[in-house]
Amino acid sequence: MESENKIKIRVENLTKIFGPKSRIPEAQQLLEKGENKENILKKTKCGIGVSNASFTVMEGEIIVIMGLSGSGKSTLVRCLNRLIDPTEGKIFIDDEDITTLSPNELRRVRLTKLGMVFQNFALFPHRTVCQNAEYGLEIQGMAPEERRQKAFTALEQVGLKGWENHYPHNLSGGMQQRVGLARALAMDPDILLMDEAFSALDPLIRSDMQDELIGLQQQLQKTIVFISHDLDEALKLGDRIILMKDGAIVQSGTAEEILTNPATEYVARFVENVDISKVLTAESVMIKPKAMASPEVHGPKSALRFMQKEGFSQIFVHDKKKQVIGLVSADAASEAAQRGEKDLFSIMQKDFIHVTPDTPAADLIPILADIPYPLPVLENGKMKGIIIRGSLLAALSERGRSSDNA
Amino acid sequence: MPRIPLGEAIEASINFFVENFSFLTIAFTRIMEGVISFMENTLMLLHPLLFIVIVAALVFWLTRKRGLSLFSLAGLLLIWNMQLWDATVSTITLVLIATLTALVIGIPIGIVAALSSRVNRVVQPVLDVMQTMPAFVYLIPAIPFFGLGKVAAIFATVIFSMPPAIRLTCLGIQQVPKDLVECADAFGSSRWQKLFKLQLPMATPTIMAGVNQTVMLALSMVVIAAMIGARGLGGEVWRAIQRLQMGSGFEAGIAIVIVAIILDRVLQHLGSKKQ
Repeated sequence: MESENKIKIRVENLTKIFGPKSRIPEAQQLLEKGENKENILKKTKCGIGVSNASFTVMEGEIIVIMGLSGSGKSTLVRCLNRLIDPTEGKIFIDDEDITTLSPNELRRVRLTKLGMVFQNFALFPHRTVCQNAEYGLEIQGMAPEERRQKAFTALEQVGLKGWENHYPHNLSGGMQQRVGLARALAMDPDILLMDEAFSALDPLIRSDMQDELIGLQQQLQKTIVFISHDLDEALKLGDRIILMKDGAIVQSGTAEEILTNPATEYVARFVENVDISKVLTAESVMIKPKAMASPEVHGPKSALRFMQKEGFSQIFVHDKKKQVIGLVSADAASEAAQRGEKDLFSIMQKDFIHVTPDTPAADLIPILADIPYPLPVLENGKMKGIIIRGSLLAALSERGRSSDNA
Repeated sequence: MPRIPLGEAIEASINFFVENFSFLTIAFTRIMEGVISFMENTLMLLHPLLFIVIVAALVFWLTRKRGLSLFSLAGLLLIWNMQLWDATVSTITLVLIATLTALVIGIPIGIVAALSSRVNRVVQPVLDVMQTMPAFVYLIPAIPFFGLGKVAAIFATVIFSMPPAIRLTCLGIQQVPKDLVECADAFGSSRWQKLFKLQLPMATPTIMAGVNQTVMLALSMVVIAAMIGARGLGGEVWRAIQRLQMGSGFEAGIAIVIVAIILDRVLQHLGSKKQ
């Protein structure tokens, strides 16, 4: 898709310093010299919110900005819609510089392009669910009938049909945040800013909401900037992850890049508690199958020879179109060879379990325990690789160790 | 050490205003007196019994509380029976005008004070003075500006009863949770949209508590205002004090209490209903 290559948000050298106005230039100079956060606070009474952050977000991408509390992630996202005015740096949304907009232009951008979902839902308690969902449209000045329609559609999208006339306090936490999400979606913004949107929910509900967001995203293709302190959440949702510490970006990349190749000790410490088997996929632990048999060319004897050479007691069989159609065991092949049969089809086992390249490594372990043959990884029916117990365990322990030591 | 002539200075400045502006305030007084007597006469047009039934019905319609409605009926009948009806109507008129004036001035000031810290810094100490200054003191300058009578009484009552309206409006708006205000901003609300769609609706219960306080303070001022000729129930109490008539003093006092209870309960109910 070509739209995925378009840059939606570009942040350049963004810095936010909190504190008395007169002392901010001093703090800025100290920051440029590389002084750390505590010393700057001591010397100038200025706090560093965000320090020289640069990144881009592609259209249709979910980017997760992650860090512990106080790492500046919430400040950073509030700079994107200028709930907080940055001290220095530029923010471009669709090539429009947000930092120089007048109050009215800023309102226009907020009304049309930026939806926001808040950690503590921030629903208006004096308005019904429907009135909450239509707030943004009401602010835009849309006619009551039309905005009601859109609010209903948005509420239906998040699974709240039938709750339109209830008040927020009658809803559970998870449902309240659905209203929060519907309120943002109703305006049909290009960009969703989600500030720790699921952090206040209990783990089961949180997991449901994450799944639902992924589902919605597949339909809607918004650009989502998601703030989180939870690495598992970041790994689940993020196409890319930005890790922040003390206001600065310490690493950005895909989940696997960050896990397997932590840029600093901080990142390594952050990721060491992650269950690596949840993050690694079949693709990253599989090995290349060295030989395949095709019934058109190979008989039981040649299949047997392949197996002896590779040290496996099974071999997979594919047809002319490289579609994997079954497997032959060494026992069956040697019996057939002794009987003098030439056909592989008759001794081929046709039903076998397979996985796809993106199956999580955690799911592989129980499957491997149940089957007597190597687990094939197929994509569109073609062989991508095989997974054997030994290679999986080796991969898990190696990745685990490399992030421990780094 | 020479005495600092603070009193003289205040007196001189008040005199200055009286000399230069009293023609305006006196003209205002004439108009207001007309309005007040028009209101009183209108209320008097209704037969007391009819008036009482209407009030009891209104109380029931507003609060849906049968007990309070019956209390209003019985209480007002008692007042009528004590032959204090005219004085009560006069007092209610005075309280009504004073309260409305206090609210029309006080609520906007409260809103501005909540939204601008600079205004707030000026308003707060002024409110402190208004609330701690003995109420009697307001009566003195009220007379040269408005002459003896009801308008001067209303002036003093407005000043005395306005602070809670300002303070609680300000408080109510400041208490709107920060994340909700931030949310309204994030969705692109203008300042007015934020005020009318979020801050004022959220502050309504607190503002209503302020309205309640203002009404109660205005009622408590009527006796004091009687000293400068406000008449009404306060006038009855004042006369009883001067003649040492304990019975009629208490009768008028009870009438004030009855009016106060009815107003307080109805307003409280209206305030809490919004929550």
